[in-house]
Order: sequence, then C-alpha cells, then structure tokens
Amino acid sequence: MRRHLRLLGVQLRASLATAAQYRVEFAVEGVLALFWAGWSLVPVVVLFGHRPVLAGWTFPEALVVMGWFVLMKGILEGAVNPSLAAVVEHIRKGTLDFVLLKPVDAQFLVSTAKFEPWRVVDALAALGIFGAAFHRLGRWPSAGQVAAALLLLCCAAWTLYSLWILVISAAFHVVKVDNLSYLFSSIFDAARWPVSVFRGAWRILFTVVVPLALMTTYPAMALLGRLELRTALLALAGSALFSAFARAVWLSSIGRYTSASS
Amino acid sequence: MSTVRAIPTLLRVGLAEAVAYRAEFLVWLLSTNMPLVMLALWSAAAGDGPVGRYGTAQFTAYFLAALIVRLLTGAWVIWELNTEIRQGTLAFRLLRPIHPLAAYACENLAAVPLRAVLSLPVALVLLLSSGGGLLTGEPLRWVLFPVAVAGAWAITFLAMSLVGALAFYVESAASVFEIWMGLFGVFSGYLVPLDLFPPWLGALARWLPFRYMLAFPVEMVTGLLTRERVLFELAVQWLFVGGLLVLVRLAWSRGLRRFSSVGG
Repeated sequence: MRRHLRLLGVQLRASLATAAQYRVEFAVEGVLALFWAGWSLVPVVVLFGHRPVLAGWTFPEALVVMGWFVLMKGILEGAVNPSLAAVVEHIRKGTLDFVLLKPVDAQFLVSTAKFEPWRVVDALAALGIFGAAFHRLGRWPSAGQVAAALLLLCCAAWTLYSLWILVISAAFHVVKVDNLSYLFSSIFDAARWPVSVFRGAWRILFTVVVPLALMTTYPAMALLGRLELRTALLALAGSALFSAFARAVWLSSIGRYTSASS
Repeated sequence: MSTVRAIPTLLRVGLAEAVAYRAEFLVWLLSTNMPLVMLALWSAAAGDGPVGRYGTAQFTAYFLAALIVRLLTGAWVIWELNTEIRQGTLAFRLLRPIHPLAAYACENLAAVPLRAVLSLPVALVLLLSSGGGLLTGEPLRWVLFPVAVAGAWAITFLAMSLVGALAFYVESAASVFEIWMGLFGVFSGYLVPLDLFPPWLGALARWLPFRYMLAFPVEMVTGLLTRERVLFELAVQWLFVGGLLVLVRLAWSRGLRRFSSVGG
C-alpha cells in the first residue's frame, strides 16, 4: 500500500512537471474550462426559464446537480480520461507488454500514468456554482450534509473510474476505442440533469446500468439534505459492487491480451 | 477529371469499410443519443402544459427528426485529419492523383446508405408517434428536404475540414473542434429548440452556420417554418456551403505548403 502511494506521488509529480512546461496551454485551458462550465449552464437556464419546477427540482436545486456534473467532468477529464486513453494506444501498438512486465499491478500503473492538473479549474467552477445555488436557496448545508456529500463524491469518482475501466477492457476486443470514449462522454452528458426528471427506461438506464444518478444526483441530494439513508447505503453498496465487477472484467481481459508484436 | 472517374470506386471502398467495421459504426451511431435524452427531458417539462409553441407531440416530432438528420449528416473527417496530419500518413493520400478532401468526402458519403437503413426505425417510430401528424404534407418541402440535409452534411464536413486544416499549424486541432462542437450544441437547436431561447439569442443563431446544420431541416419537415422562410433559409444554407468551400480551399492550399512528413 505504501509503495503504491509513493508511486502515485511520483506519477503526480511527473504530470505536474509536464504541465508546468506548457504554461501558455495551462492558462488557455484554464480559461476555456471556466467558459465551458458557464456554457453548459445554458440548457438548464433555458429550461427553468420556462418552468419554475421540474419533477420536484427547483432551479437552484438543479444548479447543485449541475455543480456536481462540472466537478465530475473535471475529475473525468483531469484524472481518468488522459491515462486511460494512453492504454488504448498501448493495446493497439502492443507496448502494453512493457507495462505488464513491471512488478506493480498493471491496472494501478496505467490508471495513474497521466493527470492534467489544470482541470482543477473545474473544481473551482463547481464551487462557484454551489455558492450561487445555495445563495439563491438562502440556506447553507450543514457539516454532516457536506460530509455525506464528500463520501458520495468518493463513491462517484470510483464508479466513474470503474466505468472507464470497463470501456478500456472493451479495447482488448474492439481495438478502435476512441469511438467508445466518445460514446461514453455522450452518455455522461446526461448526468447534468437530476435523474428523477427521466422516466421509465431512461431512469432505469441512468440509475442501474450506467449509474449516472450515483455520480451527480445523489451527491447533490446529500448536499441538499434530501437523500434518504437507505438510498445512500444502496449507493455505497452499488459502487463497491460496480468496482469489483470492473476489476474482474479487467483481469479477465488482460488474461486474453496477446501482444500485437508477437 | 480523374477525380470524377475515381468516385464510384471510392464510394464502393467506403461502403465496404463501413460494413467491415460495423461494430465501430454502431458505437458511433449510438453516441448520437443526445436527441433522445433531450426528448425525455423536454417531454417531462411539457407534461404540465406546452412550453412555448411546443407540446409533447411537437417535442417528439422535433427531436426524432433531429436524430434522423444527425444520423444522416454525421462526418468524422476531423479525427482522421488530426491523426493523419500529425503522424504524417497524409503523405500517402497526397501521392494519389485526387485531392485528399475528395477522398475523405467519398468515404463519409459512402456510409450514408448504411446510416439511412439504421435511421429507418427512428423514422418509423416518428411516423407512428404522436408527432407523426405534425410532419408536413407539402410535397415541395419533401423535395427540398434532401437538399437541406445535403447542405447540412456539407457544412458539417467543410467545417471539419477547415478546423482540421489547423492541424497544419498547431499541435492539436481537435481541441479547437471541441469549441466548435460546444457552440453547435447550443446554436444548432440540438439541445434546446431555438424558439425557446430568449429572442436575441435565437436571432443570433440565425446568423451562425450551426442552425443550418440541424435546426433548419428539422423545422422544415415538422412544419415550424413558413414556405417563404424555408426558401430563404435554404438559400442562406447554401451560401454558407459556398463560403466554407472557398475558405477550405484556401486553408488547404496554404496548409499543404507547410506540410512535411518524415519517414517512409
């Protein structure tokens, strides 16, 4: 465990050093990230401009969900996406061999290969959105609610990461996976809406199959003090189950990996 | 001349490729799910009374038609260009006696029959749904609809080629394209029908190319535009196509002079 933490530190430092080399890009991407966070609010603002309440969600409450969406997107594109996109190249070129040969767990190694530190701006934007939302609501979350929300955030990040591992595992079978990452982000886009807005098949899809509810709606409800304990516990169990499943799929996929060069 | 003679072969190759990589093709199509999500969302909003001009039936017609237009007009040339320019494999295309863009266009167009087959079920659902009755009965519009869809495809393809040509100058044109896609999401009516915007934003959208990539053909068949507007906007759409064509030619002839590939 300590060894892994030390390795994580090394990989993080390497990513930071790389990012520090491209300072102009850092600034440009930071400004762009802020712009996107604002831009992604447009549909929400338009929708709630026509309807004060939608499926039990008022505008400020929906803004809280939006804040989680911006935050999760930052985590996805800053910490999960870059390293795992590199895995796809490894698989295609057969250079995954070099990773597998190292005496550390391969999943750990490939998942921490690259970070994009300027995505921190997304977290700041999310905090700004939370601030605006709670200011409009006229009340602030209690310490307990914040703690619950943070716990769910960890679950959400872990689930997001597990989902990505599943997508990557598919790369062992279908090599052209840049496609799959596109599909994934197109589905993830739906997470900006509270899941209770959707009905029927969509709600089942976004709660159970691709647990988007777990990633944005539940943490937002926790922050708003609307989440029942039962749902929270189910969410915890669900994310644990999901990550175990992803791990199993990864192990079986890696077992079937045949180097492209052999 | 050689380009014209090569077109049938290029189309055949493109179709064969689309069929060969059918798993990727299907994934690509599945990622066009946003209209369905937005349909679910807006239907929920329209559940207790219409939003602007749109009731549940209008939303159904609008977003299903949007899905069909999007499926038919998809292009992916930007990603190909980005990697081929960066890795230098564009050199192989340059050796051939036809313009690379003509080859890309044929590859993209060749997939249209397959795309049409796959969007048939959507069209069927649309006809049988509550939105089916809203489809226009005017023959003129059904004649012009393919023209509008072709124009929408041309704008999509040319814009991608233009942004892709940036890869001659900068490291990654794909991030510039993300900005384009972000603007597209809002100004094309992909997420929100343009009527539902505040009037000034809707007016702004009429001056941008995005509307003519999606909202225009959709509003045309769902009967949201008067006949005069249809003809006027069709003209605007093809003006955009012409303008983009000029820009693309310019960007490519200048960019190719900078292009150098290593290896081989």
